[in-house]
Amino acid sequence: MAGATQAALDADIRLRVGKSLLRFNTCGSVDDGKSTLIGRLLYESKALYDDQLAALEADSKRVGTRPGELDFALLLDGLSAEREQGITIDVAYRFFSTARRNFIVADTPGHEQYTRNMVTGASTADLSVILVDARKGVLTQTRRHSYLVSLLGIRHVVLVVNKMDLVDFSEATFRAVEEEYRKFAAELGLPAVTCIPISAVRGDNVVVRSAATSWYAGPTLMGLLDGVEVVEARLGDQPLRLPVQWVNRPNHDFRGFAGTIVGGRVRKGDAIRVQPSGRMSRVARIVTAGGDLDEATTGQSITLTLEDEIDVSRGDLIVTANAPADVAHQFEATVVWMNESPMLRGRSYLMKIGTKTVTATVSPLKHKINVNTLAKVAGSKLELNEIGVCQLELDRPIAFDPYEVNRDTGGFILIDRLSNDTVGAGMLRFALRRAQNVHWQALDVNKPARAVLKGQKPCVLWYTGLSGAGKSTIANLVDKKLHSTSRHTYLLDGDNVRHGLNKDLGFTDADRVENIRRIAEVAKLMVDAGLIVSTAFISPFRAERQMARALLGPGEFIEVFIDTPLTVAEQRDPKGLYKKARRGDLKNFTGIDSPYEAPQNPELRIDTTSLSPEDAAELIVAHLQQRGFLTPGTS
Amino acid sequence: MTLTHLQRLEAESIQIMREVVAETENPVMLYSIGKDSSVMLHIARKAFYPAVPPFPLLHVDTTWKFREMYAMRTRMAAESGMQLIVHVNPEALAQGINPFTHGSAVHTDIWKTQGLKQALDKHGFDAAFGGARRDEEKSRAKERVFSFRNAQHRWDPKNQRPELWRLYNTRKHKGESIRVFPLSNWTELDVWQYIYLENIPIVPLYYSQERPIVVRDGALIMVDDERMPLRPGEKPEMRKVRFRTLGCYPLTGAVESAADTLPEIIQEMIVARTSEREGRVIDFDAPSSMEQKKQEGYF
Repeated sequence: MAGATQAALDADIRLRVGKSLLRFNTCGSVDDGKSTLIGRLLYESKALYDDQLAALEADSKRVGTRPGELDFALLLDGLSAEREQGITIDVAYRFFSTARRNFIVADTPGHEQYTRNMVTGASTADLSVILVDARKGVLTQTRRHSYLVSLLGIRHVVLVVNKMDLVDFSEATFRAVEEEYRKFAAELGLPAVTCIPISAVRGDNVVVRSAATSWYAGPTLMGLLDGVEVVEARLGDQPLRLPVQWVNRPNHDFRGFAGTIVGGRVRKGDAIRVQPSGRMSRVARIVTAGGDLDEATTGQSITLTLEDEIDVSRGDLIVTANAPADVAHQFEATVVWMNESPMLRGRSYLMKIGTKTVTATVSPLKHKINVNTLAKVAGSKLELNEIGVCQLELDRPIAFDPYEVNRDTGGFILIDRLSNDTVGAGMLRFALRRAQNVHWQALDVNKPARAVLKGQKPCVLWYTGLSGAGKSTIANLVDKKLHSTSRHTYLLDGDNVRHGLNKDLGFTDADRVENIRRIAEVAKLMVDAGLIVSTAFISPFRAERQMARALLGPGEFIEVFIDTPLTVAEQRDPKGLYKKARRGDLKNFTGIDSPYEAPQNPELRIDTTSLSPEDAAELIVAHLQQRGFLTPGTS
Repeated sequence: MTLTHLQRLEAESIQIMREVVAETENPVMLYSIGKDSSVMLHIARKAFYPAVPPFPLLHVDTTWKFREMYAMRTRMAAESGMQLIVHVNPEALAQGINPFTHGSAVHTDIWKTQGLKQALDKHGFDAAFGGARRDEEKSRAKERVFSFRNAQHRWDPKNQRPELWRLYNTRKHKGESIRVFPLSNWTELDVWQYIYLENIPIVPLYYSQERPIVVRDGALIMVDDERMPLRPGEKPEMRKVRFRTLGCYPLTGAVESAADTLPEIIQEMIVARTSEREGRVIDFDAPSSMEQKKQEGYF
């Protein structure tokens, strides 16, 4: 071919590859005609080849539902099991393009038991197309799908009122459906809704404006898809979010941090912060195989090198230094359950968020959501396809943004540890305990350094047991023994702390929880300072002891259960408190009118009915010795 | 600055590859020497730059590939600096399995499906990248990016894990393995445009050229070596053809074409009226044949 022609072809390719990408999903009830609509879009945008058309014609004759016509739905129902059932049972991805744009469509099924597939398809969509049958209007399924769309943060919704041919293209019918839907969409807070009257079977208002709907002045479906703004730009203007996916270390001279930018942009020389550690540095290079870049933006997969040699590993989040993400380990989240085994309170799951996998424990469900009425419903567990708001407690803090700010730093999946299944998907809403605006400042003299100086490994001996069980007595003995062998220790005693730090707290359940939270935080600081800390509090609730355990590093929390039966403790009654409680002069007394949740797997159990305080103290010191806390080293 | 369609696809593929390397123990890249494999290899080299991709290439050889494909295989292994593992099913070799006497179904099953399983088991690979795209074929359109296979390498289409956002659950039981498809969201046109923009080397068979051809069962088959028995009346004649897809030469139909440059191939693609898998004989064996092959462990 002549050079001029090659140049023209080249120019044509350059024009084509400059197109943007829009991802959308479709949802609707069974028989609303989703597959037919997508088949129609593929057909009309000339995305089908002759052999695909030939196969479609053959399939239409063989199993088609409309004799003598092309059954576009057959293009999409890929798996043979589904063809026989005549329904779509999974997510199918389809591709087509127009002169302006390329499209990826996730076709998501309508019937109830596969809500998880719809959520899957919608999770990557920029826009959702929701179908209703003009004869049936807004159904329960329509509400469910719209709610899921709003939950997943999709900003553009197109309501396709399909099968207009079956209602004689009646404007009144269309307007009634539109009005009802807009009312519901407003309740959900869906920001942009467009309603289009369509007949997917005939093609009215799909690509070409229909003569049968002269009363309709809005866009055709294809016209809308072509013109709607993609939301990518919004994320590009936010602060940098780069989850570190892989550390690239081909040799001693190169240490790069590879990842996909999920928010903002990054330039050479930018000041960055690594979360959750809080360490700071500057971007030295943005490395790609095609040469270093000066700048990279949301959506690009890049490799960064930093000016300083700081500790960065997979799961960390690199962010703009002065606009960091929040760091927390307790959250309120909305969870969509996707597994036959229900989500249970107190159960722990693996949680994958960005490139990090942590352990998440589900605190009691705050409420479930009735997706038809949006009403909050009480419940203790989430069944397949149910949605609920719950608290999650992680085994360590993570950096995050609320889901509505950023899908990638706020969206997570839950994985069952035994089956390895993806059992839930969720969206972080906000951190609990007001940890949002405080960022951990990395200090140069750190825990290991201080511990080395003291010739010990820091830890917490967390004594728990009934009032009068002997916690303070034994803790005091242990502390004396450690001190006499030159260990650096501190004993946090229940009564002493209530004289100062916690003197504003009473003995209600809520105050007890806060009491323990403060103690745990103080103990954590003391461990950070390199001390062997003892805490002697009743600490009656399992959840709070678990919280204290989660605050500390692996192995640093040693739960010592001072196991004394209530009758024995009550007999001892060293402070006369049981007598007062029995008389009713003391409310909320543990063991009497407030519960004590005994530890299930304590590191140490001390039976005070068979062991003297002195022997108990010996046993505890021996345990510390055995586990290496009394010898120098880094913990 | 909004990324283009191809930039987004490339970034997604890189993210998928890095995730596999970060979360699996012994990954491998299936390298079939075709255009999709060429794109996949190219993206892998970009994903791990300046390191060499930290996994080997595996070619499950049937001994019936085009000669030009073998030349390209040697060249790319050298250029990439990656280890190339070539697996030839010893049983197929011993039995002399070939498409002419055994038919395409048996040939494909024993050389490719069984050969692939043997190779994965032999080296203990727990994740294997494949170049399949969702636009290729109906049952592919529903497959996940991370597709789990049990210890017998079987695929269960009813029991796939949901994939949300960019989050992939890579956890697996002992004996299970993952097939990973980083090009899931690419179309054939995307692949060609990317090859053009990135100047990726491809087997010359994709370009039109005079080649010795016989017409057999409606397909244009290239007589690539002397092993191909000619039927009565068949006489190779030189025709200007190219290939849209490459496999075993006796099973891969050519198309008549004058396109001998990439822009012309792309132009031809845009006006093309036939999808690429039509050139592959295996898809026509029976309805749902690809789905069935996949359940049995075909890539």
